[in-house]
Amino acid sequence: MKLSEKELEIIEILEKDARTPIDVLAKMIDLPVEETEALVRKLEEAKVIVQYTALIDWRKADGREGVTAMIDVKVTPKRGVGFDEVAERIYRFPEVKSVYLMSGAYDLSVVIEGRSMAEIAQFVSEKLSTLDSVISTTTHFILKKYKHDGIVFDQGDQDRRIVVSP
Amino acid sequence: MKPQTRKTYVSETVAGLKPSGIRRFFDLASSMDGVISLGVGEPDFVTSWSIREASILSLEQGYTSYTPNAGLLELRQEIAAYLRRKFHVDYCPETEILVTVGASQAIDLALRAVLNPGDEVIIVEPSFVAYEPLVVLAGGKPVAVQTSGADQFQLHPMQLEQAVTERTKAVIICSPNNPTGTVLSRKELEALARVAEAHDLLVIADEIYAELTYEGEYTSMAAVSGMRGRTILISGFSKGFAMTGWRLGFAAAPEDILQAMLKIHQYAMMCAPTMAQYGALEALRSGERDVAEMRSSYRRRRNYFVASLNEIGLPCHLPGGAFYAFPSIKPTGLTSEQFAERLLIEEKVAVVPGSVFGPSGEGYIRCSYASSLEQLQEAIKRMKRFLARL
Ligand SMILES: Cc1ncc(COP(=O)(O)O)c(C=O)c1O
Repeated sequence: MKLSEKELEIIEILEKDARTPIDVLAKMIDLPVEETEALVRKLEEAKVIVQYTALIDWRKADGREGVTAMIDVKVTPKRGVGFDEVAERIYRFPEVKSVYLMSGAYDLSVVIEGRSMAEIAQFVSEKLSTLDSVISTTTHFILKKYKHDGIVFDQGDQDRRIVVSP
Repeated sequence: MKPQTRKTYVSETVAGLKPSGIRRFFDLASSMDGVISLGVGEPDFVTSWSIREASILSLEQGYTSYTPNAGLLELRQEIAAYLRRKFHVDYCPETEILVTVGASQAIDLALRAVLNPGDEVIIVEPSFVAYEPLVVLAGGKPVAVQTSGADQFQLHPMQLEQAVTERTKAVIICSPNNPTGTVLSRKELEALARVAEAHDLLVIADEIYAELTYEGEYTSMAAVSGMRGRTILISGFSKGFAMTGWRLGFAAAPEDILQAMLKIHQYAMMCAPTMAQYGALEALRSGERDVAEMRSSYRRRRNYFVASLNEIGLPCHLPGGAFYAFPSIKPTGLTSEQFAERLLIEEKVAVVPGSVFGPSGEGYIRCSYASSLEQLQEAIKRMKRFLARL
């Protein structure tokens, strides 16, 4: 889908801050509020804007820190359906946050979030490894998130400038 | 024992300089907590990491000694390539480019290199606060030309013409302008160029905000036909590359003028800081994407902020460049000093009174929109409340 200049501006702004008020957004792209609203709706309907989510630093919620693991999965693709069918069987599990087909040493990169290491270990041994076409899995636990989706966690974003300057 | 008195050693010239009006507002605003500052003349971005990293690497590798007086040759070559690529002007890196300590030093050198005592320099008002004192310090005589908000602070060729006397040596033109944000189009520059040619004037073109131009292609004065030979092009890294604290700028000019500037520079400064020069090299080589991103961020905030100013009753033209809005506060009946001071004390929003930039800035305030969108929204809310109370 070919997006107009204004539509591109909208998604760039909303990608950085999905909560930008519509009247502010309208002024930023220099369009009337109603037209801006219509464009946003159109982008939502076309699934260009897939969803509005919040990036949460779960470490700050006591007892809910959770565990994230990245799992390298090697599979034998099935004739006719290739990797897609295996990928789908994996991404249907709600604890799976993302699945990518990769080039290189393994085939699928799977990101899992669980409440504990045990929960993830259980998922891998019971759900993932037992899939027909899965040959092997290598699980890497994430120890600390510094930056996620372009956002730096705990960034000291104070303004260091002096108050008035030429 | 003799009484502890002494004569004042300070020169009459310096004693005669007005302290900057910006200074007073800085003192007032910094003594308060919770101030939203629209008073800053600098980007709210931190310098791109790749630039910082390149500078750190230069330190790790031990590049801590002087560079050539004119700056690293590599950097001058990169500046020449940049000027060619961006503005279609050709300068010889060996003889026509000088790396300076900020655009500030380049302006100072330009004036000191060309002025004889009493030479007049035309300054377009409202103007950047340093021009007038720097002309005076260089022994020249500043001559102000006032532009007006009624036509977006454009400088008309007629006005320039009228300000010229037989003592006029140069005119300083700043586009995009601090504080008005006004950008001169190619057509307007051409008209001014004809006046400069007719009266054999030198143009000191302060193009420090060239990277922050929001509509159309930027035209440099040096690129206007016939002007390369009578222009000192001044720019730098502070604004476009978010490198204010690095103190790095440059000048490009015909060889005779540039070599005169270099002569002063080599005695007064030796060279610009070495690690900053390595950072600047990286800025020119790989900074384009970051600059483009910062530019579009400023443009969106400008659109929001200027539309909101107009909405709350502070009429403001749409500035074509830099990151300043310069709205009129005339509807309030206050002077710009009174307005800025009361807004600061009553609502904790710091802006700079337009009168600081010369008499033609009276009736206006300078608001920098190089602040986060949340801060701008809050500032508008407070200003609206303030206006309702007047
Ligand atoms: C018009 C203008 N010229 C020059 C400068 C100085 O720039 P630098 O930081 O490169 O010395 C400024 C800074 O505010 C400016 O606004």
